[in-house]
Amino acid sequence: MGELMFGIELLITGMLIGLMYSMVALGFVLIYKASSVFNFAQGAMTLFAALTVVGLIPHVGFAWSLLITAVVMCVVAVGAERIVFRPLMGSTQLTIFMGTVGFASILEGAAQMIWGTRPHGLKLGIPHEPLMLGEVYVSKPDLISAAIAGLLVIAIVLFFKRTKIGLGLRAIADDPAAAQVVGIPLHRVWAVAWALAGMVAIASGVLWGSRIGVHFAMSLIALKALPVLIIGGIDSVAGVIVAGLIVGAAEALGEGYIGTHIGGGVQDVMAYVVALLFLMFKPSGLFGQATIQRL
Amino acid sequence: MANEIADSTPVVAARRAPHYPGTRVVAFVLLAAFAVVAPFVLTEYWIKAIAIPTIIFGLSAFGLNLVTGYAGLISMGQAAFMALGAFTAVIAYGRFGLPLPLAIMLSGAVAALVGVIVGTPSLRIKGLYLMVATLASQFIIIWALQRVPWTGSGSFATLNAPPVRIAGWDVSTPTDKYFLVLAVVALMTFFGYNLVRSRVGRAWMALREHDVAASVMGVSMLQYKLMAFLVSSFYAGVAGALVVFGHTGAASVQEYELDVSIKILGMIIVGGLGSVLGSYLGAAFIMLLPILLAILMQKAAAAIGGTPAAVDTLANAEHVVFGALVLYFLIKEPKGLAELWHRLAAWVDSKVYSFNGAQTGGKK
Repeated sequence: MGELMFGIELLITGMLIGLMYSMVALGFVLIYKASSVFNFAQGAMTLFAALTVVGLIPHVGFAWSLLITAVVMCVVAVGAERIVFRPLMGSTQLTIFMGTVGFASILEGAAQMIWGTRPHGLKLGIPHEPLMLGEVYVSKPDLISAAIAGLLVIAIVLFFKRTKIGLGLRAIADDPAAAQVVGIPLHRVWAVAWALAGMVAIASGVLWGSRIGVHFAMSLIALKALPVLIIGGIDSVAGVIVAGLIVGAAEALGEGYIGTHIGGGVQDVMAYVVALLFLMFKPSGLFGQATIQRL
Repeated sequence: MANEIADSTPVVAARRAPHYPGTRVVAFVLLAAFAVVAPFVLTEYWIKAIAIPTIIFGLSAFGLNLVTGYAGLISMGQAAFMALGAFTAVIAYGRFGLPLPLAIMLSGAVAALVGVIVGTPSLRIKGLYLMVATLASQFIIIWALQRVPWTGSGSFATLNAPPVRIAGWDVSTPTDKYFLVLAVVALMTFFGYNLVRSRVGRAWMALREHDVAASVMGVSMLQYKLMAFLVSSFYAGVAGALVVFGHTGAASVQEYELDVSIKILGMIIVGGLGSVLGSYLGAAFIMLLPILLAILMQKAAAAIGGTPAAVDTLANAEHVVFGALVLYFLIKEPKGLAELWHRLAAWVDSKVYSFNGAQTGGKK
């Protein structure tokens, strides 16, 4: 019985964390859907946003700091679109990807130059005592973070489905040239997608920051969203959520059952192992569209 | 009229078979000569801390350039393959007492074997999916090296190599190490330089331009994609072994984290994708970058009378400049430093070897 409860506890914790991975992955999906760019800089954006929020809190308080960071991220996003990615449009995916790697390096360096390399704590004022559901312990901060992450995911899905810009995004994802022909302002829509990804970066930066602290390793956390993307299928929002849950659960169970035998640390690679398996056997992921290649 | 034709004939002949060595040949000879005398003219610091790591990372960058620049397959795991090479080198040479050349070969072979396994998904997937596969292998390999007990284990896993000896030659001074590294790198560069000009190199480039089209025309995707990963990670593995035998004397996991893979990727972007020369130019540029920055910032601080920048400020500034350079070259100079050099050489050639304008203009 205790054994089973332990398993359920791991599963729930893992899935809550998994939702937070989904949220980070969403930042990648947004940009990918809008411009077929795999944005390696999403992790750096997360770090940049989190450091800015934490750095501003002592000066202006939490609410203002969020607001100012949002403005800053919009500027960063629009700037990136204008001076980095617009000149690169039309080059190969590989080149654009390398561009995002360079952009990531700039952001990481700049963020730490401005705010320092010291790790920061971030308290959101969520009570830390665990919640009891029957015999299962559930961490309250995790639950609240997961709820916020879930809400954000739903908001973005609605944005894609219901708003005009969302429609534009989907049109551009489908066929950029055709979208431009019917008058969709390509660059403006891209800028919006980047800015939204910046907002996702703030949310993930704050929520992850309250969990693990705000420091350099944050951009690595964001990279864990990549396996989530692969498993879910890169162009599917629903896939990202399911995959986040799978990765979270696999990590927690792996750590709980395998990690204890080999000295821990399984959760650092579990996501990548699962993603590699998917890449070998089902590259389009759970919900992604299999691409057909033409000559 | 007849006079004109008689005039122009020797010029054409001269163009087809130049009697003088071109700028590139001269530069190559000078560089080779410098490489040989370098340890006797440079200070020990320059040899130990700059020349040796630059040459080693140049080799690793060359390996990455084979898979990314020539075959068009992205790899984010080059540092992890170097780590595999480094650990294999220490274990083979230190623990099992293999002769040094064999240990170096084995390092390359182990890295190559893993490289082929990592490259397998490239047969079905490419581009960004492949990026995630190689990224995954970067994390998994480093993680495994920290966990597998007989590699030394622990998150600071470090193995020390015993003193290096090869056929009675004690490789102990920086000069000795420099020549060991130089010899291996020169040999492998020669091999790779010829490889990319062979059937194999042409097959890689065909796959890079359009892999389906290439395979329709009879270039075996299976064979050449896996071969690209094999050769590339072999080079990385040997570079890792050279780090152990020629540079730090130890294999340690932290030296091969993701940021090193990104650095190597930056080297080939700055140096020139799909260029042998570019791999080394890029490596030299990126390795010298922190030193240049430190000097510049010191000068700047002195000029405005401020205090010198702290170490981590410098490291972060390096990040920013590195990223900016990568973007600059991608956007403005996609063929990298190698192309700049070729342009310069062509310009010098045109100045030095022009025959009263008859050759260049052709107008009478």
